[in-house]
Amino acid sequence: MFEYFIRRIITLFLTLVIASIVIFVSLEIIPGDPASYMLGINAQEDTILALRKELGLDVPKIERYLMWVKGMLIGDFGVSYTYRSPVIEMVSERLWVSLPLAIYALILSTFIALPVGVYAAANRGKVSDLSVMGVTQIGIAIPNFWFAMLLVYLFAIILRWFSAGGFPGWETGIFFGLKSLTLPAISLALPQASILARVMRSSLIDTLNEDFIKTARAKGLSYNQALVSHGIRNALIPVLTIIGLQFSFLMAGAIIIENVFFLPGLGRLIFQSIAQRDIIVVESVIMLLVFSVVVVTFIVDIAYVIVDPRLRSSIL
Amino acid sequence: MSPIINKRKYFHSGFSLSFWVGLVFVLSIFFLAIISFFWTPYDVTSLQISNRFKTPSFTHYLGTDHFGRDILSMVMVGAQTSIAVALVAIGIGIIFGLPLGMIAAAKRGSFFDDLVMRFNDLIFAFPALIIAIIITAILGAGAFNAIIAIGIFNIPVFARVARGAALTQWSKEYILAAKVAGKGSFLISLEHIIPNILNILIVQATIQFSLGILAEAALSYVGLGAQPPIPSLGRMLADSQTMISIAPHMAIFPGMVIVITVLGLNLIGDGLRDYFDPKLRS
Amino acid sequence: MKFIKNIFFIIIAVPLVFSVNANAAKTDLTVGLQLEPPHLDPTGAAAGAIDQVLYSNVFEGLTRFASDGSIIPGLAKSWDVSSDGTTYIFHLNKGVKYHDGSDMDAKDVKFSLDRARAEDTTNAQKALFAGITNVEVIDHHKVEVTLDKPNGNFLFNLAWGDAVIVSEDSIENIKQNPVGTGAYVFDKWVQGDRIELKKNSDYWGTPAKLDRATFKFISDPSAAFASMMAEDVDVFKSFPAPENLVQFEADARFNVLIGSNEGETILSTNNKMEPFNNLKVRKALAHAIDRQAIIDGAMFGYGTPIGTHFAPHHPAYVDLTGQSNYDPALSKKLLAEAGFPDGFTTTLKLPPPAYARKGGEIIASQLREVGINVEISNLEWAQWLEEVFRGKDYGLTIVSHTEPFDIGIYARPEYYFQYDSKEFQKVMDNLTAETNPVQRTSLMKDAQKIIADDYVNGYLFQRAQLSVVNSKVVGMWENSPTQATDLTSVYWQN
Repeated sequence: MFEYFIRRIITLFLTLVIASIVIFVSLEIIPGDPASYMLGINAQEDTILALRKELGLDVPKIERYLMWVKGMLIGDFGVSYTYRSPVIEMVSERLWVSLPLAIYALILSTFIALPVGVYAAANRGKVSDLSVMGVTQIGIAIPNFWFAMLLVYLFAIILRWFSAGGFPGWETGIFFGLKSLTLPAISLALPQASILARVMRSSLIDTLNEDFIKTARAKGLSYNQALVSHGIRNALIPVLTIIGLQFSFLMAGAIIIENVFFLPGLGRLIFQSIAQRDIIVVESVIMLLVFSVVVVTFIVDIAYVIVDPRLRSSIL
Repeated sequence: MSPIINKRKYFHSGFSLSFWVGLVFVLSIFFLAIISFFWTPYDVTSLQISNRFKTPSFTHYLGTDHFGRDILSMVMVGAQTSIAVALVAIGIGIIFGLPLGMIAAAKRGSFFDDLVMRFNDLIFAFPALIIAIIITAILGAGAFNAIIAIGIFNIPVFARVARGAALTQWSKEYILAAKVAGKGSFLISLEHIIPNILNILIVQATIQFSLGILAEAALSYVGLGAQPPIPSLGRMLADSQTMISIAPHMAIFPGMVIVITVLGLNLIGDGLRDYFDPKLRS
Repeated sequence: MKFIKNIFFIIIAVPLVFSVNANAAKTDLTVGLQLEPPHLDPTGAAAGAIDQVLYSNVFEGLTRFASDGSIIPGLAKSWDVSSDGTTYIFHLNKGVKYHDGSDMDAKDVKFSLDRARAEDTTNAQKALFAGITNVEVIDHHKVEVTLDKPNGNFLFNLAWGDAVIVSEDSIENIKQNPVGTGAYVFDKWVQGDRIELKKNSDYWGTPAKLDRATFKFISDPSAAFASMMAEDVDVFKSFPAPENLVQFEADARFNVLIGSNEGETILSTNNKMEPFNNLKVRKALAHAIDRQAIIDGAMFGYGTPIGTHFAPHHPAYVDLTGQSNYDPALSKKLLAEAGFPDGFTTTLKLPPPAYARKGGEIIASQLREVGINVEISNLEWAQWLEEVFRGKDYGLTIVSHTEPFDIGIYARPEYYFQYDSKEFQKVMDNLTAETNPVQRTSLMKDAQKIIADDYVNGYLFQRAQLSVVNSKVVGMWENSPTQATDLTSVYWQN
C-alpha cells in the first residue's frame, strides 16, 4: 500500500517533468518571434534585436528552461513579453472570469440535468422519456459556438435583453457580472447538461435494477420512495465523476466561447498569447492547467484506493 | 409500477428505431459528401459577387453566401472535409492506440502497462483545444494538421478502451486455459481477444467519429482547419457571423449539417451498443 | 434543492440593490477598438494600437496632426528654421505639466529625442530621428535641434506617435503607467478588456469635454457588430465588418462616418522571386485584377481604387489606375510573351484582417481565370511577420500599409518586396532634401509614376475609414491621418 503510494508520487513527479519539457520544446519550435510581432511591419532588424535583448530572449534555450522551472518552483511564473506584467497576476485576474463562468455553467447544467435525468428514468419507456432522450441527443450534437452565435443573435441583437459580450468587472456588482456571464454559461451548459441528463438517467436505471432496490421494495417502500432514498444516492457516484471531468473541460475548453463573447478569461489569454508569440504566458498557463489536472487525478486515485477496498487487491 | 422491462422498440433484427433513424441521417450526409467528389450543383471556387446573399430558391436550394457561392455545394464539400478529417483521425487513434492497449493488457501490471497508463494520463491532462491550436501554430493551419491534432487525442482514448476491454477478455477461463497450454500472448491477442473486443471498439469509433466532426468544426471555426478555397463547415459558420442579420441562412445550414451528422453518428453508436449488449434487450 | 435555489437567488438579489449602475452618464464615452495595445509606451517597441488609445489624449509631441492631416503646433507653439534648413529652434508652451505634477520643459524634449535616436533604442520608427545630430537646451522653453542635412519631412516626422515627449521621471514604468501631458490622464488598464482615461483638470490647453473615456477591445468583427447594436460601446473606431454598415445607416441611433485613412491596401509581390522578377509578369498580374470586384466583395463597396502607393486624398496624388486596368485578355497575352502561356503556381500568404482574407479569396479566383494558380495560406500576424516580412518567403501577399506618406518604403531594397530601383531612390533622396512645396509636389508625382510603371506591387485600394458613432456624439474625426483616436474635442450633444 505504502509502496503504491510512493510509486504514484514518483510517477506524478515524472509526469510533471516530462510535461514541462514537452511544453517548452513544442513552444520553442513555433516559428515567430514576440519582438517582431510587437514591432510590426515598420521595424528594422536592429530594433528587433534590441528588443529581443531587452526581453531576455537572446539567452540560450537550456538556460531559459531551467530558469523557468526554477521560477515555477518558487511560484514565479515569469513576466509576459508583451504586457510586461507578471504572469501569475495576469492568470489570477483571468481566473476571476473563467472560474465563475465554469462554476455558473456547471451549476446550470447540473440543476437542469439531474431533475431531467430522474424524470426520464422514472418514466422510462413512455413518451416523456423518449422526448427527453431525443432532446438530449440533439443537445449533444449542437456545436456550442454555433449555439452561442444563435443566442447572441436572438437575445442580444434582436431582443437586447443581454449585452453581446464583454465583462464589466465584478466591481460593478455581482448582478451585472453574472448577467454578462449568462449567455456564455448557457452556451457551455447545453451540451454538458445533455450528457449529464443521459448519464443520470442510465445510471439511475442501472441502480434501480440492482438487488438492493428489490430488497428495499420488499421491505415495503413504494417505488418512488425506493427511487429517492436508495436509487438516486447510489446513482450519483458515476454522475459526480462526470461532473468532475466536465469541470476541467470547462476551464480550458471555454476558449471559443470566451472568444465569441470577448470575455477576458484564461482561455482567451492563451489564445491571444499564442497569436502574439508570448511564449512565457502560454508555457506557464498550460503548465498550471496540466499541474492541476495531474494533481487532481493523483488525489482521486489515492482516494479511490483508500475508500474502496476492492481496488486494493488489484494493485498489490 | 415497475418498468424493469425495456420498452424500447426493437425490430426483428435487434436494432432499435433510433438506430435506423441515425443510419439514414449519416448515410444521407455521406452520400452527399461522396457525390461532391465528382459533382456539385455549382463550382465552389467561382466567386460571383453579383449573386450574393440569395435566399433559398429553386436555383439555389440553400441560397448563396457573401461571395455568391452556392451554399448547397459548399456544404457538400464541407461535409466531405469534416468526414475525411474525423475518419483519418480515428485511423490514427486505432493504429497507434489499439496495439498500445492490447500490449498493456497482455502485460498487465508490468512497467509497460504503467507507462501506457501514465502516457494516457499525460495526454488527457493537456487541454485538447489549446494543444490543437499550438500544433497548428507550429505546423501551419490546414486540414492535414487538423487531422494530426485531433488524431493525437484519439490515441489514448482507444488505448484505454482497448486495454479495458482486453482485460475483461483475459480474465475469461478459456483464455487462461490457452495461456496455460503455452500459447503465446501475441497469438492469443490476435486470434481471441481482438475479435471479441471488436464490438466495443466499433462503438467507441462511432463516438470518436462524432467528436472528431465537432472538433474539426471548432478548429475551422477559429481558422485552423482546411484553408480556402476548400470549404469547411466550421469556417462557413465563422464567416456567416457578421452577416447573420442580412443572411441568416448562411449561419443555419452549415450548423444543421453538423448537428445531423453528429446526431446520426450518436444514434448509430447507441444502437450498436444496444445490439451488442443482449442484457439490455430482454 | 429548493433551499439551495433560494440561497442562490438571495445571493444575486442583495448585491443588485447595492450595486453601482453600470450604465454610463453622458460625460463618459466608450470607444470600441479592435486591437489591444501590448503596452502603453508609444516610443518604445510601439504598435499602432498604442497610438490609437494614447496619441493626443495622453501624450503629445512638438507638433501634431489635425483632423485633415495637416501639421499644427503641439507642445511647441512656434519654431524658427535656419536658412540652410538644418537648425530648428522650438519655442515651447509655458505652464505645461505632466500628469504626475512635474513641469514639462526643454530638458524633457532633449531627453525624449536623445532616447529615440540612441544606438540601442527600441523606438519602432528609428528612421524618423536618424538625421538629428544634436539636441540643445537653450533655456526652459527653447530647444535647438540640428540636422545633418535639410529634411522637408522633419516637422511631419515629429507629429508621429513615436515622437511624443515623455518624462525622464516616469520613464521607468511607462509601459504600464504612462505619464504624459495630454487632456486625459491614464487611469487604469484591465488587461484583455479595457483602458480607462479620465479628464485632466490641469491641462495646459483647452480642457476636454468628457470626464471619462473608456477604450474597450473587441477584436472579433461579429462581436463588434453585436456590441455596437446592443449599445455596449458608443463609438466603434475602424469598424471591422463593413457588411453591417447598411444596418447602422438605417438605424436612427447611429451615424456612420466614412472618411479616408492612410491605409494603402496592396497585393505585395516578391520582386526577387521567380517569375515576379519579370516586369511583364507583374504587368500581367496588374491587368488580371478587377479592383472594383474586390472592393465590392471584401469591403462591401467601401474603398477607393488606387493605381500607385499614394493616398487619393493627398493633393499630390496622381491617378494611375488606367495603366493597370482590368483586362484578363491582355494579362494572358503578357504571360504568354513572358514565357508562361499556361500560367504558373505561386503562394498567396494572408494575414488575419478581413480585407486580406476576403480580398485574397477574390483575387485568387481572378488570377485563376488567367492561369495563375495560387495556394492560399492564412497566417496569423506572428507567422506572417516571420515568413513574409522578415523571411521574404512568399510569392504574393495582401497587406495594408497604414503609416502616412510611406511611399519611401519603396526606396529600401531590403524591404519585403525587394524592389531595387536606383532611379526611385534618387527621387526619394531629392524629396527628403527639398523644402519648396511646388518642387516637392513634382517629385512626389515622379515617385508615384516610377513605381506604377515598374508594377512593383498590385495597387488595390485605399481603405475607407469606417466608424460607427452614436448619433448624439459630436467631434469624432472622420478621417484618420495617423493612427489615433483623438478625443480632445468630443462630447455628447443633447
